[in-house]
Amino acid sequence: MTPRDTSVLPSVLQKRSGELLDAWIAHQTSADGYRPDLMADAELRDQSRELLASASAAVSAGGLESPTHPSWQATRQLLGSIAESRATAGFAPTATATFVLSLKQPIFEALRKDVQNPERLADELWNATTLIDRLALQTMESTLEARERVIARQHEDMLELSTPVVKLWDGILALPMIGTLDSARTQVVMESLLQRIVETGAEVAIIDITGVPTVDTLVAQHLIKTVTAARLMGADCIISGIRPQIAATIVHLGVDLSEVATKSTLADAFRLALARTGHSLGRAPARERR
Amino acid sequence: MSVLKNDLMPVRTANDIVVVRQHVRALAIELGFSLVDQTKMVTAASELARNTLAHGGGGTARIEVVAANARRGLKMTFEDRGKGIADLELAMRDGYSTGGGLGLGLSGTRRLMNEFELQSKPGEGTRVSATRWK
Repeated sequence: MTPRDTSVLPSVLQKRSGELLDAWIAHQTSADGYRPDLMADAELRDQSRELLASASAAVSAGGLESPTHPSWQATRQLLGSIAESRATAGFAPTATATFVLSLKQPIFEALRKDVQNPERLADELWNATTLIDRLALQTMESTLEARERVIARQHEDMLELSTPVVKLWDGILALPMIGTLDSARTQVVMESLLQRIVETGAEVAIIDITGVPTVDTLVAQHLIKTVTAARLMGADCIISGIRPQIAATIVHLGVDLSEVATKSTLADAFRLALARTGHSLGRAPARERR
Repeated sequence: MSVLKNDLMPVRTANDIVVVRQHVRALAIELGFSLVDQTKMVTAASELARNTLAHGGGGTARIEVVAANARRGLKMTFEDRGKGIADLELAMRDGYSTGGGLGLGLSGTRRLMNEFELQSKPGEGTRVSATRWK
Protein backbone atom coordinates (compact mmCIF):
# COMPACT_ATOMS: atom_id res chain seq x y z
CA MET A 1 0.00 0.00 0.00
CA THR A 2 1.21 3.48 -0.76
CA PRO A 3 -0.62 5.67 1.74
CA ARG A 4 0.63 8.87 0.21
CA ASP A 5 -1.37 8.36 -2.98
CA THR A 6 -4.57 8.16 -1.04
CA SER A 7 -3.73 10.32 1.93
CA VAL A 8 -6.61 12.28 3.39
CA LEU A 9 -4.16 14.73 4.97
CA PRO A 10 -4.59 17.42 2.24
CA SER A 11 -8.37 17.35 2.53
CA VAL A 12 -8.28 17.30 6.35
CA LEU A 13 -5.94 20.30 6.39
CA GLN A 14 -8.28 22.21 4.09
CA LYS A 15 -11.59 21.18 5.55
CA ARG A 16 -10.61 21.74 9.16
CA SER A 17 -8.28 24.72 8.69
CA GLY A 18 -10.22 27.06 11.01
CA GLU A 19 -10.55 24.44 13.70
CA LEU A 20 -6.88 23.47 13.41
CA LEU A 21 -5.77 27.07 13.70
CA ASP A 22 -7.83 27.65 16.86
CA ALA A 23 -6.58 24.45 18.45
CA TRP A 24 -2.99 25.23 17.52
CA ILE A 25 -3.17 28.79 18.95
CA ALA A 26 -4.77 27.47 22.14
CA HIS A 27 -1.97 24.95 22.38
CA GLN A 28 0.71 27.57 21.95
CA THR A 29 -0.73 30.07 24.41
CA SER A 30 -1.03 27.42 27.11
CA ALA A 31 2.43 25.92 26.56
CA ASP A 32 5.49 26.50 28.78
CA GLY A 33 7.37 28.47 26.16
CA TYR A 34 4.54 30.99 25.59
CA ARG A 35 6.08 34.47 25.52
CA PRO A 36 3.44 37.19 25.04
CA ASP A 37 6.21 39.65 25.97
CA LEU A 38 8.16 38.80 22.81
CA MET A 39 5.32 38.53 20.34
CA ALA A 40 1.77 39.94 20.35
CA ASP A 41 -1.10 37.46 20.11
CA ALA A 42 -2.30 39.02 16.85
CA GLU A 43 1.11 38.46 15.26
CA LEU A 44 1.26 34.92 16.59
CA ARG A 45 -2.13 34.28 15.03
CA ASP A 46 -1.04 35.77 11.70
CA GLN A 47 2.13 33.68 11.63
CA SER A 48 0.28 30.50 12.52
CA ARG A 49 -2.43 31.12 9.93
CA GLU A 50 0.05 31.89 7.16
CA LEU A 51 2.16 28.82 7.89
CA LEU A 52 -0.85 26.52 8.11
CA ALA A 53 -2.26 27.87 4.84
CA SER A 54 1.09 27.59 3.09
CA ALA A 55 1.70 24.03 4.29
CA SER A 56 -1.84 23.05 3.36
CA ALA A 57 -1.40 24.48 -0.15
CA ALA A 58 1.92 22.67 -0.59
CA VAL A 59 0.46 19.36 0.56
CA SER A 60 -2.50 19.75 -1.81
CA ALA A 61 -0.13 20.46 -4.70
CA GLY A 62 1.58 17.12 -4.14
CA GLY A 63 4.14 18.14 -1.52
CA LEU A 64 3.73 14.93 0.48
CA GLU A 65 5.62 13.06 -2.20
CA SER A 66 8.98 14.56 -1.43
CA PRO A 67 10.49 17.37 0.63
CA THR A 68 12.13 18.77 -2.51
CA HIS A 69 8.82 19.07 -4.37
CA PRO A 70 8.54 22.57 -5.95
CA SER A 71 5.29 23.20 -4.08
CA TRP A 72 7.37 23.68 -0.87
CA GLN A 73 9.19 26.73 -2.21
CA ALA A 74 6.78 29.27 -0.70
CA THR A 75 6.64 27.45 2.66
CA ARG A 76 10.41 27.35 2.86
CA GLN A 77 10.60 31.10 2.33
CA LEU A 78 7.89 31.70 4.88
CA LEU A 79 9.69 29.53 7.45
CA GLY A 80 12.88 31.44 6.72
CA SER A 81 11.27 34.79 7.46
CA ILE A 82 9.50 33.40 10.54
CA ALA A 83 12.78 32.01 11.87
CA GLU A 84 14.54 35.31 11.27
CA SER A 85 11.85 37.50 12.82
CA ARG A 86 11.61 35.20 15.83
CA ALA A 87 15.38 35.16 16.30
CA THR A 88 15.38 38.98 16.17
CA ALA A 89 12.52 39.09 18.66
CA GLY A 90 14.64 37.06 21.07
CA PHE A 91 13.17 33.57 20.82
CA ALA A 92 15.53 30.65 21.42
CA PRO A 93 15.95 28.35 18.39
CA THR A 94 14.21 25.55 20.31
CA ALA A 95 11.22 27.80 20.97
CA THR A 96 10.87 28.46 17.25
CA ALA A 97 11.10 24.74 16.48
CA THR A 98 8.57 24.00 19.23
CA PHE A 99 6.22 26.50 17.61
CA VAL A 100 6.16 24.33 14.48
CA LEU A 101 6.13 21.01 16.35
CA SER A 102 3.14 22.06 18.44
CA LEU A 103 1.03 21.76 15.29
CA LYS A 104 1.28 17.99 15.62
CA GLN A 105 -1.31 17.52 18.32
CA PRO A 106 -4.13 19.48 16.60
CA ILE A 107 -3.51 17.60 13.35
CA PHE A 108 -3.43 14.24 15.16
CA GLU A 109 -6.75 15.07 16.80
CA ALA A 110 -8.31 16.10 13.48
CA LEU A 111 -7.11 12.90 11.82
CA ARG A 112 -8.51 10.81 14.66
CA LYS A 113 -11.91 12.33 14.03
CA ASP A 114 -11.82 11.75 10.28
CA VAL A 115 -10.11 8.37 9.96
CA GLN A 116 -11.80 5.41 11.61
CA ASN A 117 -9.77 2.44 10.36
CA PRO A 118 -6.86 2.00 12.87
CA GLU A 119 -4.37 0.83 10.26
CA ARG A 120 -5.23 3.70 8.03
CA LEU A 121 -5.02 6.10 10.95
CA ALA A 122 -1.49 4.90 11.72
CA ASP A 123 -0.46 5.58 8.13
CA GLU A 124 -1.98 9.04 8.18
CA LEU A 125 -0.37 9.87 11.51
CA TRP A 126 2.96 8.81 10.03
CA ASN A 127 2.38 11.11 7.06
CA ALA A 128 1.52 13.99 9.37
CA THR A 129 4.46 13.45 11.70
CA THR A 130 6.89 13.27 8.78
CA LEU A 131 5.47 16.51 7.42
CA ILE A 132 5.68 18.43 10.70
CA ASP A 133 9.16 17.14 11.50
CA ARG A 134 10.31 18.29 8.10
CA LEU A 135 8.89 21.76 8.68
CA ALA A 136 10.54 21.94 12.11
CA LEU A 137 13.90 20.88 10.68
CA GLN A 138 13.53 23.51 7.98
CA THR A 139 12.93 26.11 10.69
CA MET A 140 16.05 25.00 12.55
CA GLU A 141 18.06 25.22 9.35
CA SER A 142 16.77 28.72 8.60
CA THR A 143 17.66 29.81 12.13
CA LEU A 144 21.21 28.49 11.72
CA GLU A 145 21.53 30.12 8.30
CA ALA A 146 20.48 33.48 9.73
CA ARG A 147 23.02 33.06 12.51
CA GLU A 148 25.77 32.10 10.10
CA ARG A 149 25.06 35.21 8.05
CA VAL A 150 25.58 37.31 11.17
CA ILE A 151 28.87 35.54 11.96
CA ALA A 152 30.11 35.95 8.39
CA ARG A 153 29.30 39.65 8.49
CA GLN A 154 31.12 40.10 11.80
CA HIS A 155 34.12 38.24 10.39
CA GLU A 156 34.23 40.63 7.44
CA ASP A 157 33.87 43.61 9.77
CA MET A 158 36.86 42.38 11.72
CA LEU A 159 39.02 41.98 8.63
CA GLU A 160 38.10 45.49 7.61
CA LEU A 161 39.17 46.74 11.00
CA SER A 162 42.53 47.47 9.48
CA THR A 163 45.03 49.35 11.53
CA PRO A 164 45.63 52.83 10.15
CA VAL A 165 49.08 54.26 9.73
CA VAL A 166 48.95 57.72 11.31
CA LYS A 167 51.25 60.68 10.90
CA LEU A 168 52.43 62.03 14.26
CA TRP A 169 54.80 64.73 13.03
CA ASP A 170 56.78 65.65 9.95
CA GLY A 171 58.71 62.50 9.12
CA ILE A 172 57.24 60.45 11.96
CA LEU A 173 54.63 57.72 11.40
CA ALA A 174 52.89 55.56 13.97
CA LEU A 175 51.20 52.19 13.59
CA PRO A 176 49.03 51.29 16.59
CA MET A 177 48.52 47.54 16.37
CA ILE A 178 45.53 45.87 18.01
CA GLY A 179 44.53 42.26 18.49
CA THR A 180 45.95 38.97 17.32
CA LEU A 181 49.08 39.43 15.26
CA ASP A 182 49.52 36.00 13.75
CA SER A 183 47.00 36.23 10.96
CA ALA A 184 47.35 37.17 7.33
CA ARG A 185 46.09 40.57 8.44
CA THR A 186 49.47 41.30 10.05
CA GLN A 187 51.26 40.95 6.76
CA VAL A 188 48.83 43.39 5.12
CA VAL A 189 49.19 45.92 7.92
CA MET A 190 52.98 45.73 7.90
CA GLU A 191 53.07 46.16 4.14
CA SER A 192 50.83 49.20 4.37
CA LEU A 193 53.31 50.72 6.83
CA LEU A 194 56.17 50.21 4.35
CA GLN A 195 54.03 51.74 1.62
CA ARG A 196 53.31 54.83 3.74
CA ILE A 197 57.01 55.20 4.53
CA VAL A 198 57.68 55.45 0.79
CA GLU A 199 54.80 57.87 0.20
CA THR A 200 55.63 60.24 3.04
CA GLY A 201 59.40 59.85 3.08
CA ALA A 202 59.17 59.31 6.82
CA GLU A 203 62.40 58.89 8.75
CA VAL A 204 60.97 57.22 11.83
CA ALA A 205 58.08 54.76 12.20
CA ILE A 206 56.72 53.79 15.61
CA ILE A 207 55.02 50.39 15.88
CA ASP A 208 52.90 50.38 19.03
CA ILE A 209 51.96 46.93 20.34
CA THR A 210 50.09 48.02 23.48
CA GLY A 211 46.95 46.38 22.10
CA VAL A 212 48.60 43.09 21.23
CA PRO A 213 47.88 40.49 23.94
CA THR A 214 50.43 37.85 22.94
CA VAL A 215 53.89 38.27 21.46
CA ASP A 216 55.22 34.87 20.49
CA THR A 217 58.04 33.97 18.10
CA LEU A 218 55.87 34.39 15.01
CA VAL A 219 54.76 37.88 16.04
CA ALA A 220 58.34 38.74 16.96
CA GLN A 221 59.48 37.54 13.55
CA HIS A 222 56.87 39.71 11.82
CA LEU A 223 58.10 42.70 13.80
CA ILE A 224 61.78 42.01 13.09
CA LYS A 225 61.10 41.57 9.37
CA THR A 226 59.18 44.83 9.20
CA VAL A 227 61.88 46.70 11.08
CA THR A 228 64.54 45.28 8.75
CA ALA A 229 62.53 46.12 5.63
CA ALA A 230 61.91 49.67 6.87
CA ARG A 231 65.61 50.10 7.58
CA LEU A 232 66.43 49.02 4.02
CA MET A 233 64.17 51.84 2.90
CA GLY A 234 65.99 54.33 5.06
CA ALA A 235 63.53 54.58 7.94
CA ASP A 236 64.18 53.74 11.59
CA CYS A 237 61.57 51.81 13.54
CA ILE A 238 60.79 52.08 17.22
CA ILE A 239 58.65 49.45 18.89
CA SER A 240 56.61 50.80 21.77
CA GLY A 241 54.03 49.44 24.16
CA ILE A 242 56.18 46.61 25.52
CA ARG A 243 54.60 45.79 28.88
CA PRO A 244 56.58 44.12 31.70
CA GLN A 245 55.01 40.69 31.19
CA ILE A 246 55.71 40.84 27.44
CA ALA A 247 59.31 41.85 28.10
CA ALA A 248 59.80 38.92 30.51
CA THR A 249 58.29 36.48 28.04
CA ILE A 250 60.37 37.71 25.11
CA VAL A 251 63.56 37.29 27.18
CA HIS A 252 62.67 33.70 28.14
CA LEU A 253 61.70 32.84 24.60
CA GLY A 254 65.16 33.95 23.56
CA VAL A 255 64.03 36.43 20.95
CA ASP A 256 66.72 39.01 20.30
CA LEU A 257 65.25 42.48 19.90
CA SER A 258 68.48 44.26 20.85
CA GLU A 259 68.91 45.51 17.30
CA VAL A 260 65.57 47.30 17.54
CA ALA A 261 64.87 50.46 19.48
CA THR A 262 62.12 49.69 21.99
CA LYS A 263 60.22 51.83 24.47
CA SER A 264 57.59 50.97 27.02
CA THR A 265 55.16 53.71 26.05
CA LEU A 266 54.17 55.47 22.85
CA ALA A 267 54.99 58.81 24.50
CA ASP A 268 58.59 57.72 25.13
CA ALA A 269 58.87 56.45 21.58
CA PHE A 270 57.54 59.75 20.22
CA ARG A 271 60.08 61.72 22.26
CA LEU A 272 62.86 59.53 20.89
CA ALA A 273 61.52 59.94 17.36
CA LEU A 274 61.45 63.74 17.73
CA ALA A 275 65.03 63.73 18.95
CA ARG A 276 66.14 61.53 16.05
CA THR A 277 64.52 63.83 13.50
CA GLY A 278 66.15 66.88 15.03
CA HIS A 279 63.11 68.30 16.76
CA SER A 280 63.20 69.36 20.35
CA LEU A 281 60.31 69.51 22.69
CA GLY A 282 60.21 71.82 25.68
CA ARG A 283 57.87 73.66 27.93
CA ALA A 284 57.49 77.38 27.14
CA PRO A 285 58.42 79.79 29.96
CA ALA A 286 55.45 80.69 32.14
CA ARG A 287 55.07 84.27 30.88
CA GLU A 288 54.63 83.16 27.28
CA ARG A 289 51.77 80.83 28.16
CA ARG A 290 48.24 82.02 27.74
CA MET B 1 49.90 14.11 40.28
CA SER B 2 46.13 14.33 40.13
CA VAL B 3 44.10 15.92 37.37
CA LEU B 4 41.43 18.38 38.53
CA LYS B 5 40.25 19.51 35.13
CA ASN B 6 40.77 18.20 31.65
CA ASP B 7 39.79 19.85 28.39
CA LEU B 8 40.50 18.48 24.94
CA MET B 9 40.47 21.02 22.13
CA PRO B 10 41.05 20.71 18.40
CA VAL B 11 43.98 22.42 16.69
CA ARG B 12 42.93 22.39 13.05
CA THR B 13 42.90 26.05 11.98
CA ALA B 14 44.73 29.25 12.85
CA ASN B 15 41.63 30.32 14.71
CA ASP B 16 41.87 27.25 16.97
CA ILE B 17 45.24 28.58 18.17
CA VAL B 18 43.51 31.75 19.35
CA VAL B 19 40.83 29.68 21.13
CA VAL B 20 43.47 27.54 22.89
CA ARG B 21 45.34 30.68 23.97
CA GLN B 22 42.18 32.23 25.39
CA HIS B 23 41.36 29.04 27.26
CA VAL B 24 44.86 28.86 28.77
CA ARG B 25 44.64 32.49 29.81
CA ALA B 26 41.24 31.96 31.45
CA LEU B 27 42.48 28.93 33.41
CA ALA B 28 45.70 30.68 34.41
CA ILE B 29 43.70 33.59 35.80
CA GLU B 30 41.38 31.15 37.60
CA LEU B 31 44.39 29.46 39.20
CA GLY B 32 45.69 32.83 40.38
CA PHE B 33 48.91 32.97 38.35
CA SER B 34 50.65 36.35 38.17
CA LEU B 35 50.34 38.44 35.01
CA VAL B 36 53.89 37.52 33.96
CA ASP B 37 53.21 33.80 34.46
CA GLN B 38 49.90 34.05 32.61
CA THR B 39 51.65 35.67 29.66
CA LYS B 40 54.40 33.04 29.67
CA MET B 41 51.88 30.19 29.60
CA VAL B 42 49.73 31.80 26.93
CA THR B 43 52.82 32.37 24.80
CA ALA B 44 53.98 28.76 25.33
CA ALA B 45 50.52 27.50 24.30
CA SER B 46 50.68 29.70 21.22
CA GLU B 47 54.09 28.30 20.20
CA LEU B 48 53.15 24.65 20.72
CA ALA B 49 49.75 25.00 19.07
CA ARG B 50 51.30 26.61 16.03
CA ASN B 51 53.88 23.81 15.81
CA THR B 52 51.03 21.27 15.95
CA LEU B 53 49.30 23.05 13.10
CA ALA B 54 52.29 24.02 10.95
CA HIS B 55 54.50 20.93 11.34
CA GLY B 56 52.04 18.26 12.48
CA GLY B 57 49.26 19.17 10.07
CA GLY B 58 46.81 19.71 12.92
CA GLY B 59 46.05 17.75 16.07
CA THR B 60 44.70 18.22 19.55
CA ALA B 61 45.45 20.28 22.63
CA ARG B 62 44.77 18.88 26.08
CA ILE B 63 44.70 21.54 28.78
CA GLU B 64 44.72 20.19 32.34
CA VAL B 65 44.64 21.66 35.80
CA VAL B 66 46.87 19.37 37.84
CA ALA B 67 47.77 19.08 41.52
CA ALA B 68 50.78 17.52 43.25
CA ASN B 69 52.33 18.07 46.67
CA ALA B 70 49.73 20.68 47.56
CA ARG B 71 50.61 22.73 44.49
CA ARG B 72 48.45 23.33 41.54
CA GLY B 73 49.58 23.81 38.00
CA LEU B 74 48.58 24.01 34.40
CA LYS B 75 49.62 21.27 32.03
CA MET B 76 49.26 21.47 28.27
CA THR B 77 49.76 18.55 25.93
CA PHE B 78 49.77 18.88 22.18
CA GLU B 79 49.51 15.83 19.98
CA ASP B 80 49.58 15.33 16.24
CA ARG B 81 49.92 12.45 13.80
CA GLY B 82 52.18 14.36 11.45
CA LYS B 83 55.61 13.57 10.06
CA GLY B 84 57.33 13.65 13.44
CA ILE B 85 60.79 14.88 14.38
CA ALA B 86 63.88 12.90 13.36
CA ASP B 87 66.45 14.56 15.59
CA LEU B 88 64.96 15.69 18.91
CA GLU B 89 68.21 17.23 20.11
CA LEU B 90 68.54 19.31 16.97
CA ALA B 91 64.89 20.40 17.18
CA MET B 92 65.46 21.68 20.71
CA ARG B 93 68.43 23.80 19.65
CA ASP B 94 67.99 27.58 19.66
CA GLY B 95 67.69 28.95 16.16
CA TYR B 96 67.08 25.63 14.39
CA SER B 97 63.95 25.77 12.25
CA THR B 98 62.57 23.72 9.40
CA GLY B 99 59.67 26.07 8.83
CA GLY B 100 61.45 29.36 8.21
CA GLY B 101 60.67 30.65 11.68
CA LEU B 102 63.02 31.99 14.33
CA GLY B 103 63.69 28.47 15.60
CA LEU B 104 62.89 29.40 19.18
CA GLY B 105 59.44 27.82 19.57
CA LEU B 106 60.42 24.58 21.32
CA SER B 107 63.52 25.78 23.14
CA GLY B 108 61.79 29.01 24.14
CA THR B 109 58.76 27.14 25.44
CA ARG B 110 60.99 24.95 27.60
CA ARG B 111 62.34 28.11 29.22
CA LEU B 112 58.85 29.56 29.72
CA MET B 113 57.55 26.47 31.53
CA ASN B 114 58.70 24.44 34.57
CA GLU B 115 58.42 20.98 33.01
CA PHE B 116 58.78 20.09 29.39
CA GLU B 117 58.61 16.77 27.58
CA LEU B 118 58.98 16.08 23.88
CA GLN B 119 58.22 12.70 22.33
CA SER B 120 58.27 12.05 18.63
CA LYS B 121 58.79 9.29 16.11
CA PRO B 122 59.37 10.02 12.44
CA GLY B 123 56.24 9.16 10.49
CA GLU B 124 54.09 8.63 13.57
CA GLY B 125 53.60 12.06 15.06
CA THR B 126 54.67 14.25 17.91
CA ARG B 127 53.53 14.71 21.48
CA VAL B 128 54.79 17.60 23.52
CA SER B 129 53.68 18.49 27.02
CA ALA B 130 54.62 21.39 29.26
CA THR B 131 53.62 22.22 32.82
CA ARG B 132 53.92 25.30 34.95
CA TRP B 133 53.43 25.15 38.70
CA LYS B 134 51.98 27.84 40.84
